[in-house]
Amino acid sequence: MNARTIAISAAASWLILSLPPLRLALEREMAVQMAVQMPLLIAVGVLLAGWVRRYEPHWLDDADWLGISGIVLVVFGTSIWMLPRALDEAVGEPLVDLAKFLSLPLLVGLPLGLSWRRMPPLGRAFIWANFIPKLGAIGGLYLAAPTRLCAYYRLDQQNLAGWTLIAIAVALGLTSFFAAFVGWTPSCGKHLPPVAATGAGSESTLHAAPHILA
Amino acid sequence: MTRGFPILLGLVLSIGMAALAFETDGFRVVTSAGARQLAVERQPHPLPDVRLRDQNGSLFSLSDYRGKPLLVDFIYTRCPTLCSERGDDFHRMMELANNADAQIDFLSISFDPENDDSEALRLYADRYGAAPRWRIAAPTDAPGLSALLQSFDVVVIPDGMGGYIHNSAIYVVDARGRLVRILDPDAPVRILATAMQAASQ
Repeated sequence: MNARTIAISAAASWLILSLPPLRLALEREMAVQMAVQMPLLIAVGVLLAGWVRRYEPHWLDDADWLGISGIVLVVFGTSIWMLPRALDEAVGEPLVDLAKFLSLPLLVGLPLGLSWRRMPPLGRAFIWANFIPKLGAIGGLYLAAPTRLCAYYRLDQQNLAGWTLIAIAVALGLTSFFAAFVGWTPSCGKHLPPVAATGAGSESTLHAAPHILA
Repeated sequence: MTRGFPILLGLVLSIGMAALAFETDGFRVVTSAGARQLAVERQPHPLPDVRLRDQNGSLFSLSDYRGKPLLVDFIYTRCPTLCSERGDDFHRMMELANNADAQIDFLSISFDPENDDSEALRLYADRYGAAPRWRIAAPTDAPGLSALLQSFDVVVIPDGMGGYIHNSAIYVVDARGRLVRILDPDAPVRILATAMQAASQ
């Protein structure tokens, strides 16, 4: 894809996701907001990185040494948007939803796309090994809570969100286990991140993470 | 690595920590209900003066309660689960307040005035033995209802079976008519003690 196509498709996906009917439909279920809408918003940012990279100043490439600063920003962003309060207020307060629609692409997806290629394989494995248990733990917390944590979601929706996060964590965990120990990589691309991937510098590494980060 | 690295990392760390601290009110809350409880505790919240109609059909204003602390909860009379526990709790607290001669009133507000006419409110009052000190009421108009829900921060969502799911909190209003505490359900005697203490501050 050339630069302009990438930029246009990122902008178009962002616009489509923010259209009120689709936005409200995806926010009606807690599990869908966490496992579909948020990862898609991050994917928009990762896509955008394919375009921004061409204009990335040299000093940023230097200052984001080994992709550390970028990935720290990603960890903060994903952690904040996993809090019940953030999910709740994104539904109830338009300004918080706007913050979500801006921060997930620009402060999570974009730095993820830019910094991932700069990270050494072990650094990527470290991030995966941190992210997967965290996802499962948050899912477990949602399941273990005896009361509703979000004013806008029912207890059964909260439970579904918990199980969904655990299912994703298990799927990712199994994938990275096989990738690490058997050397198997998902058929959708040899350069995808899970743990064993070492395809630094390849274009396709970019398209790796978004669908999993929530 | 360049000189830019520590600067960029420092910047990212500070922004990230600041955002996390902001979203958790200084690492103290992770839910919107918790944030609201903390906000009210720090800064009492003024309430709108809304007209209500009680189980006997008489009209009154929220401001009529000024001069005495007030305990408020939100209900709908068809509620099969939460409200029945809350109804029993309120009855128990009313008895405790009567025995101790505590200066406090009780008000259960229905957020479903369409279904909860005076007749429905009276049935609810009879079911839980609401006596003079405890009124069951509903706002007289839609703007009053939304003003109440907004200022008490009550979120009502359909339960998918014709009923509603709503906050289960108990609201403490002080003698000056300000919301001073939002309490989680607890033993009636503890709720009452906390409420009396909070309202007297």
